Amino acid sequence: MNIGITLVIQGLAFFAVAWLVMKFGWPHIMSAIEERQKKIADGLAAADRGQKDLDDAKAQAAEIVKESRVKAAQVVDQANRRSNALIDEAKGTAAVEADRLVAGARDTIAIDAARARGELRTAVAALVVQGTSQLLGREVNAAAHADLLERLAAQIEQSPASAQ
Amino acid sequence: MATEEAAGGMTTYIKHHLHHLEMGGLHVDSIFFKVALALFFVLLFIGVARRATAGVPGKLQCFIEMLVEFVDGMVKETFHGRGKLVAPLALTIFCLVFLMNFMDMLPVDLLPGMAQALSDHPHEAYLRIVPTADLNTTLGMAFTVFLLIQYYGIKHKGVVKFFGEFVTAPFHAEGVVGKILCAVPNLLLRLIEEAVRPVSLSLRLFGNMYGGELIFILIACMTLGGSLTSGMTWVMAPVQFIAGFIWTAFHVLVITLQAFIFMMLTIVYLSMAAEHH
Repeated sequence: MNIGITLVIQGLAFFAVAWLVMKFGWPHIMSAIEERQKKIADGLAAADRGQKDLDDAKAQAAEIVKESRVKAAQVVDQANRRSNALIDEAKGTAAVEADRLVAGARDTIAIDAARARGELRTAVAALVVQGTSQLLGREVNAAAHADLLERLAAQIEQSPASAQ
Repeated sequence: MATEEAAGGMTTYIKHHLHHLEMGGLHVDSIFFKVALALFFVLLFIGVARRATAGVPGKLQCFIEMLVEFVDGMVKETFHGRGKLVAPLALTIFCLVFLMNFMDMLPVDLLPGMAQALSDHPHEAYLRIVPTADLNTTLGMAFTVFLLIQYYGIKHKGVVKFFGEFVTAPFHAEGVVGKILCAVPNLLLRLIEEAVRPVSLSLRLFGNMYGGELIFILIACMTLGGSLTSGMTWVMAPVQFIAGFIWTAFHVLVITLQAFIFMMLTIVYLSMAAEHH
């Protein structure tokens, strides 16, 4: 039995169908597969990108925290220094002010003392003249004894001064 | 006399084609091709699974993933019971039946012709390469599915309820008398239902593939025994080509559809077995 020709034609029909499938069926399957591959690749890439973004954001946040910590330390430091400076300045001003007040008080005291001394001297001179004139029974010529009185007054002035 | 001789040749040819390679009552050819295709399927899937990557898959892995997802989707849609076996079983059935059916696509004389050419006794060198065109194969698969249906029924319902349903479903009745009256028709219906499933499952696939193969054989008869010197051969050759082409192209759909039906019915039967009445 000769099956040569029929086998050849069967083969041809088979290859014709195979060609048909290759031409019209295969591209659909391949495109579906490629689309799926692409989707998976995109998904993985997106996940990677997301992870990377997250890492970047974390690093950035850490950087910002570090920076702000340094800044805060600087601010605190500056504030401390400033307050110290202010205290020092206030201390200085107060000391100057105190010195000034003390000096003023001293001046006032000195002026007051001088005035009091002057008044006292005049009063003493007057008292002396009065006393003396009563003692002598006559009026002392203040003008004539001015020189003497002056010396007396100076003596009085000197004696409390030396006694001081 | 020439036509008679041709008719005789044709009969011999068809008979030869429909004769299994037997050895001790076993259809060795069906067994061989089924085992070979099963090995091909298993090795392919294991190989791809071994080299599977969680990253961007290759084209083959992609294809198999799509296949697995397709079958898994079908199972998830249909089967709501417990059973890790169902999806892999459905995938195996689909792929294996498709591969076995696909043997029908090969030129009908190719492998048998080679077997004849290699054999010392060409007239006794029988070979049928489509395992699903052998009732033994399809009945064997259907019987396996039948056993699984019973197993899933018992697993999901328990022995008492499973056997109780033999006499209490589909007809329900109140009262003792009604229950007894319903028991007989229930049992009969159940037995018929159970018997029909493997028979219909196997006969459908077998019938389709056997018929397909037979039509390929009949188409092949058009130029059978022809020679290049005969005018008839030149007339019939294009007709055979066109007929063969159309039938092959059409058969692409048939083999896929039959594989799908076998898989789908298996899932449906198993889900019905897992369901409570």
